[in-house]
Amino acid sequence: MGYKAKFRVWRGEGGEGKLEDFTVEVNEGEVVLDVIHRLQATQAPDLAVRWNCKAGKCGSCSMEINGKPRLGCMTRMSTFSEDETITVTPLRTFPVIKDLVTDVSFNYQKAREIPSFTPPADVKPGEFRMQQVDVERSQEFRKCIECFMCQNVCHVIRDHEENKPNFAGPRYLMRIAELDMHPYDVAERKESAQEAHGLGYCNITKCCTEVCPEHIKITDNALIPMKERVVDRKYDPLVWLGSKIFKRQR
Amino acid sequence: MERHEYDVVVIGAGGAGLRAAIEARQQGKRTAIVCKSLFGKAHTVMAEGGAAAAMGNVNPNDNWMVHFRDTMRGGKFLNNWRMAELHAKEAPDRVWELEAWGALFDRTKDGKISQRNFGGHEYPRLAHVGDRTGLELIRTLQQRVVALQQEDEKLHGDPEAYIKVFAECTITRLLKDGDAIAGAFGYWRETGDFIVFDAPAVVLATGGIGKSYVVTSNSWEYTGDGHALALLAGAKLINMEFIQFHPTGMVWPPSVRGILVTESVRGDGGVLRNSEGRRFMFDYIPEVFKDKYATTEEEADRWYTDQANNRRPPELLPRDEVARAINAEVKAGRGSPQGGVYLDVSTRLPAEEIIKRLPSMHHQFKELADVDITKEPMQVGPTCHYIMGGVEVDADTGAASVPGLFAAGEVSGGMHGSNRLGGNSLSDLLVFGRRAGAGAAAYVDSLAKRPTVTGVEEARAEALAPLERTGGENPYEVHHELQRTMNDLVGIIRKAEEITEALQVIEKLKERAKNCASSGSRIYNPGWHLALDLRNMLLVSECVAKAALMREESRGGHTRDDFPGMSAEWRRKLLVCSASPDGTSITVEEKIQPSMRSDLIRLFERAELEKYLTEEELAEYDAAVKES
Repeated sequence: MGYKAKFRVWRGEGGEGKLEDFTVEVNEGEVVLDVIHRLQATQAPDLAVRWNCKAGKCGSCSMEINGKPRLGCMTRMSTFSEDETITVTPLRTFPVIKDLVTDVSFNYQKAREIPSFTPPADVKPGEFRMQQVDVERSQEFRKCIECFMCQNVCHVIRDHEENKPNFAGPRYLMRIAELDMHPYDVAERKESAQEAHGLGYCNITKCCTEVCPEHIKITDNALIPMKERVVDRKYDPLVWLGSKIFKRQR
Repeated sequence: MERHEYDVVVIGAGGAGLRAAIEARQQGKRTAIVCKSLFGKAHTVMAEGGAAAAMGNVNPNDNWMVHFRDTMRGGKFLNNWRMAELHAKEAPDRVWELEAWGALFDRTKDGKISQRNFGGHEYPRLAHVGDRTGLELIRTLQQRVVALQQEDEKLHGDPEAYIKVFAECTITRLLKDGDAIAGAFGYWRETGDFIVFDAPAVVLATGGIGKSYVVTSNSWEYTGDGHALALLAGAKLINMEFIQFHPTGMVWPPSVRGILVTESVRGDGGVLRNSEGRRFMFDYIPEVFKDKYATTEEEADRWYTDQANNRRPPELLPRDEVARAINAEVKAGRGSPQGGVYLDVSTRLPAEEIIKRLPSMHHQFKELADVDITKEPMQVGPTCHYIMGGVEVDADTGAASVPGLFAAGEVSGGMHGSNRLGGNSLSDLLVFGRRAGAGAAAYVDSLAKRPTVTGVEEARAEALAPLERTGGENPYEVHHELQRTMNDLVGIIRKAEEITEALQVIEKLKERAKNCASSGSRIYNPGWHLALDLRNMLLVSECVAKAALMREESRGGHTRDDFPGMSAEWRRKLLVCSASPDGTSITVEEKIQPSMRSDLIRLFERAELEKYLTEEELAEYDAAVKES
């Protein structure tokens, strides 16, 4: 049942490194993360990799496998042929700390830039009443496990370091959409999505949706509807007229 | 060396840790959250079923007293009754509070939070989001921390002025000033550099110990860090012999063996069958639960739609009962090809309903096992899931016996007695996380002066030791042997000879662990980290084995082949573990548990109590009833 697989794993720290070749045992039913763990236990005890749940629920073991962003724990070895060399590298968009571990603090910064859920001041805990159909849209986005693969693959920042300060990335633009679609959120989300968080940079190539391990339709259900809401606000002549006449700021 | 001064340091960023930190910060304390993983990745994300809270949204007959009774029954009356009381009373407020912080639970038709059935709970009680409730909980608490940081940025110009997360940072020692807590020592995973926290109060919220077992639903972080830190600081652990083996872990493929299959599968209609197709749980209804569970398939199936006139299906017995039943079926040769039994929902619900109610399970089996649960049954078997034992704490404040030390969530002991009900973990960590945060804040206020840390040099030397050795033991091998030993000899069914053998192996492993060497640099070096974690896993394993050897009865998460019955005498006794002054060995002592307060014990019928209590305790009960 078992066989010897050829692995090329990026190894290095402090901005330097190279691909290292390994031959390693693989058993039936294993995933890439199992093989990385076997390398640690038998050949490279200090090989750095992030992981937690090993069940596709925590989003820690994001890596690039043969150039594609994947969760190591959800990539079954049976999807490769036995003679194929499997190349494992760290996420490209973020600085490497060591081996397969990258510095993802960019994402935590962006998370802090999005104003939090803002319910009306007079609704007390226990008083929220929402219909299932009204929460389902936001619930889809809350399936996000923050693996940051959508952030990693988004071309706005993957090859453009200079865009990072002005662009929240798909994960956090989706967070804005989630809040905007929350039945009780009263904060202004649309203008700031465009002005402060870079929604306009997104040109809906759907790379984020394609890599999402939770199969969230980030582009179709979060980003495009959000863009439409922004357009409604900005260019709807009635809204424009209303805002002039009634001095509405939103 | 990097140093930070805080009022409260919370170790662990799962549900309990985050809720404790939020409370401490809301009470104006400068709070640090220190966690081994990235922020938002803690093991709480794995919780699937829901948070138990008697809100009565689905069945208005539910209230805290019913929840209290269910919890005590589930724990076979060994629970700290004050904790069970506080938990049942406060859980609804804690769940509603999450909603005000942005959580989006599934809804009832009238727009309230929906509640689902679960093993051991008399009414539908679990607030949930499909089968990813833990993720919702952790994300909501994470976002609440961010909201507080945004507030602090507005008020003080610094988002981290009052609450800061130290992610991928591992604490290896608590530091003391005389008898009291003074801070904590640890290392950054990213750089290997050391860090010292000066803080009068430390809240342990480090979760469980599952990584001492081979087959476990727990992630790599569950190495018993908080349990060991508490022991080494002079605190005591109780109930360490009680470990919950969740009845339904995946059994195939081997690499995912142990990963959880949520109890909601059974709550929503899934049934257990053996290789002969028999729905075997009807054969395993224990005496103490006889009148509460259906005895025929017809009645059990009617219960899903008419709960008032039918008894519950036996698949929903407490977890310890179901785990033992599965174990017995497999041992009797009626298991599935890969050594489990069948859990089938495919013939019970329409495919689209399964995908809607159990999306994560559908996804997990499809991706990891190539099994479509809408078309075929799953193969499942018991997996090490949760430790009921932990730091002995004051129920109201979470305070341990060491001044300044607090604990909440899985690392604390008492709340769940000998067996935890599903759904009571998420509510536990909210209720007692908040209480420990408040307890720590009040303790800090009570101090006349801040303590001064001692022992930094010793902690530093201990942490560096594996890197300075060459040619020593491979920590991965020592770990693997420990896991096998605990799994095989102190697992779901135990006997004296095997536990004794396990203790001998643990002694040898302790020697080998002292000699572990880690190659490579200090930067993100998992071999080094494991060598340090081994100390904790070994200490905790010794507690489990020693307490398991001492308790000569079977109760909840502790089953002795050589003492199969429950004993009323043993029910009154807690086993208390403490470490020798040099931290190298464990002693276990018996302690009598205080009797239940009379208004609480009167919530039960005498006939039920007779199954658990001694004659002496029953006399106390009779007196209490008479007096009222």
